[in-house]
Amino acid sequence: MMTARESAAALAAAFGTAVLRRSESCGDTIVSVARESAHEMLQWLKETPGQDFDYLTDVTAVDYRDPGQPLEVVYQLRSLQRKVDLRIKIPLDKSGDLSVDSVWDLWKGADWLEREVFDMFGVTFTNHPDLRRILMWETYREGFPLRKDFPLRGHYSRAEQTRQALGANPEAHYSMEELSIAAAYDDLPDDMRERLATGERGEVK
Amino acid sequence: MGLKSARPGASDTKEGGLLSTVSTLSPNFVTTRLDFLANWARSNSLWPMPFGTACCAIEFMATAASRFDLSRFGMERMSFSPRQADVLICAGRLPFKLAPVIRRIWDQMPQPKWAISMGACASSGGIFDTYAMVQGIDTIIPVDVYVPGCPPRPEGLMYGIMLLQKKIKGESLTDLSLRQEFMVNPDGLFLAPEKIDELSEPFGNSVHQTRSQ
Ligand code: SF4
Repeated sequence: MMTARESAAALAAAFGTAVLRRSESCGDTIVSVARESAHEMLQWLKETPGQDFDYLTDVTAVDYRDPGQPLEVVYQLRSLQRKVDLRIKIPLDKSGDLSVDSVWDLWKGADWLEREVFDMFGVTFTNHPDLRRILMWETYREGFPLRKDFPLRGHYSRAEQTRQALGANPEAHYSMEELSIAAAYDDLPDDMRERLATGERGEVK
Repeated sequence: MGLKSARPGASDTKEGGLLSTVSTLSPNFVTTRLDFLANWARSNSLWPMPFGTACCAIEFMATAASRFDLSRFGMERMSFSPRQADVLICAGRLPFKLAPVIRRIWDQMPQPKWAISMGACASSGGIFDTYAMVQGIDTIIPVDVYVPGCPPRPEGLMYGIMLLQKKIKGESLTDLSLRQEFMVNPDGLFLAPEKIDELSEPFGNSVHQTRSQ
């Protein structure tokens, strides 16, 4: 079976210069890739037989103290059958456009993970189905808290922060579907509709 | 009669008649006996509304459970509905995202009501002097008793509750100002902005914490 290092080499062989750097640190294999082909590569890693990175452990980002360093979006992949981990990083120039393609179409679990990266770092994920803040409230205006240029206590005075926080509507954090499943009933897939109508007890196929 | 409340739905109409009669009397045998009776009843049947947000809530659960047994103090019934609660116990740090929630719960509680701030975080922001955290719930709602500790031991919380009972026993029905609430501005601030800034000033080690800007 292929080790993570071999997977990284296979990825480099398949994609050539789009793989920017391969390294190993503390037993983890790390591959830096170009933004343009990142989605294609992740799909390749997920779907190619022998690679089978079928589980997305985490999506996160790193902003380094050094202003010259790029901001990195990090994907931590795992192959459940092969028990191998691989880390993919996309370096983004901080002064440029901070957007990458969403991998929600590959792993549905990326939904909230990407929302969190958007909320904390301001990275936008194109083709994400519902990209809005997840930890901070939706009307939060101070910026992206985990960026290194964000002051620890925030930009505004405490009084202003308190005023804005109290002005938020506690119920506005939910989308309509979250508030009422009944209202979203018609948009649900058939099997889910059936389960909702008859309860969870169905036939086990 | 001058019983004014900023809160809609304050229960002043029913008590109003009685209170206005009582408040025109100077403290005398009747009013002090009435105070004694009302305070005795109130202080020994406080129904807490637990607002547990963090680690302090674990210690609060320990206080309510069999070993320490909060019900010995008449707090038999945890009230998970603010409309049936007397005392709001904020156990844990309060992020700004929850600020409108605790304010709404406080507004929904009928008078007479009291608040206990349990733990360093609820009282002052504690170790979290950050962008996300309210620096003391007293910038959001009025607080009667602060219980220090991180987290306070159950004995600490019970001592705080007994202090609150003591405070309630000293109240008087004739003192209508106890039940008045003021908002300084329509945004829902109950303190003046300068006051909030002053209360939220970093102190202790925290003054060295600002790393950027
Ligand atoms: S005071 Fe300590 S125990 Fe309580 S919420 Fe804060 S950190 Fe947790």
